[in-house]
Amino acid sequence: MLKYILKRLVYIVVSLFFIVTITFFLMQAAPGGPFTSERKVPPKIEEQLNEAYGLNEPLYIQYKDYLVNVAKWDFGPSFKQKGQSVNSIINRSFPYSLILGLEAIFLALSIGVFLGVFAALYHNKFGDYAAMIFAVLGISVPSFILATILQYIFAFKLQMLPVARFDSFAHSILPAIALATTPLAFIARLMRSSMLDVLNSDYIKTAKAKGLSGRVTIYRHGIRNAILPVISYIGPLVIAILTGSFIIERIFAIPGLGNEFVESITNRDYTVIMGTTVFFSVLLLVSILIVDIIYGLIDPRIKITGKKED
Amino acid sequence: MKKLLEVNNLSISFHTYGGEVQAVRDVNFDLHEGETLAIVGESGSGKSVTVQSIMRLLSMPPGEFKSGSILMNGEDIVHKTEKEMENIRGQEMGMIFQDPMTSLNPTMKVGRQITEGLIKHQNMSKEEAKERGLELLRLVGIPNPERRINQYPHEYSGGMRQRAVIAIALSCDPKILIADEPTTALDVTIQAQILELLRDIQSKRKTGIVLITHDLGVVANAADRVAVMYGGKIVETGTVDEIFYQPKHPYTWGLLGSMPKVDDAKGDLQSIPGSPPDLKDPPKGCPFAARCPHAMKVCDQHMPDYIESSSTQKTACWLLDERAPKVAPPENIFAGGDK
Repeated sequence: MLKYILKRLVYIVVSLFFIVTITFFLMQAAPGGPFTSERKVPPKIEEQLNEAYGLNEPLYIQYKDYLVNVAKWDFGPSFKQKGQSVNSIINRSFPYSLILGLEAIFLALSIGVFLGVFAALYHNKFGDYAAMIFAVLGISVPSFILATILQYIFAFKLQMLPVARFDSFAHSILPAIALATTPLAFIARLMRSSMLDVLNSDYIKTAKAKGLSGRVTIYRHGIRNAILPVISYIGPLVIAILTGSFIIERIFAIPGLGNEFVESITNRDYTVIMGTTVFFSVLLLVSILIVDIIYGLIDPRIKITGKKED
Repeated sequence: MKKLLEVNNLSISFHTYGGEVQAVRDVNFDLHEGETLAIVGESGSGKSVTVQSIMRLLSMPPGEFKSGSILMNGEDIVHKTEKEMENIRGQEMGMIFQDPMTSLNPTMKVGRQITEGLIKHQNMSKEEAKERGLELLRLVGIPNPERRINQYPHEYSGGMRQRAVIAIALSCDPKILIADEPTTALDVTIQAQILELLRDIQSKRKTGIVLITHDLGVVANAADRVAVMYGGKIVETGTVDEIFYQPKHPYTWGLLGSMPKVDDAKGDLQSIPGSPPDLKDPPKGCPFAARCPHAMKVCDQHMPDYIESSSTQKTACWLLDERAPKVAPPENIFAGGDK
């Protein structure tokens, strides 16, 4: 187990190296720079700025310096936000994104699994159709449209919830729903089909033949097996929530990391782009590792060891 | 011997988009203590539906009890509620399924799968149930039960899994054991062991076993009585000796003739030409008439009555009518057919 985790951690470092390298050079290849703006900066000042931020060095030196700093978890100063380091920007904005993301993941998993099981139990009956119509809508309506509809109905018309910003729990409800709906609908469909498979399997018959009640059969023997595909979907789910947050945080004016990320790209704020990218990558790679470990705990057929032949 | 189970005029249909499929039509049989009744017949003849209906494991709808009764200890279980059935399943009758690879829950320890029923039906504590689980594993011949009880199904071999399934079925000491093709998915050496095990348990506990199979070798080995099913009906029943040595129904002849024989010079496999009738629109007369080499006019028109040729053997065939021509069973069915 420990060996397995260590091995995975090494993989994570290798992946990160490639991510840093590719982002670094892609970013340099994009036209424009942090100090290009509509009002021309005097050449003398631009030169001084480049000097100050080390942008006049040859590319490979910049690259090497950056790698060394990333290894020390230091992403450097922001080019655009005066007097702020990238680390402090991440520290300030990430808690908002974290809360929002966790809420959305919780919503997507709990309601998605519930809907899927519900639909499977009422297979080809009204409940099934209702749940699946909801799921198809959830998948087809993009989150930014849903977000504006939610804002219009619950914040503007009904005045029940705040329309934007992020100061209390009430503020987080609408963005979390908007962010969760698409993955929720996907999970519901996934859960439904895998639950139907499980309900038709022989071991459910064995459980019934033992004289277990329908409820015990479904909970103890059904859901635990049917949920496995959903567990493996948690990795992609985290990605969906992350990328979704770029849009949702802008719509709801949430000062989260996704918002910073989008802003930094339009500003060509090199260090912030790099910093947030590396940070998101670490988050993603670690969450995939956690999912793999959970999967091994739930399904005994999957053994977590460092060895390949197992 | 006490009568455990009595099935009277049982008819079961399934409602599908294509129409009503009459899977079981007017089936009668009974089962006594300590006896093994084999139900044989080809795929789609209604064997599995019959026994699953005894356990009430068919989903209704699309299934429907059209008529008849299933008496267990004199009580009709066709109209029992789901709640009442929960106490009968596992407790009064256990079931063994065809494929041990899929009939155990892959994410639950074998021990727990065995003890579940005990805890529910016999109000045992976890410790008592575990003790009993170990005993059961020993009974079904799983070596090293202390270790095995904490393992998952994927750590068992196929034969051991089937033993575990049998242990589950036996856990609450049911009087009736229903085995739906228990050896079909196993290789031949393991088949013999499993049959041996069933026989052994039967002699210890006086269990009545309903054994479904399409393997006549298994029948010869394990059964006391045989019911031959075709097209949703029982066409012939008798003791195992009667079915093997004095079969009266042409379908039984066909089945016996299709058994591969070691000393067959040509080495060709025999089969019964044609295919079973469509039970959405079952034939008015004998279901086998279309494939029967001896079919007469009357066979297409009227279902023959059962004719008793001994106190135990009953055959539904017009050939046994006194007006019918005398037809001798083909010689090849007896070759090598000795038990």
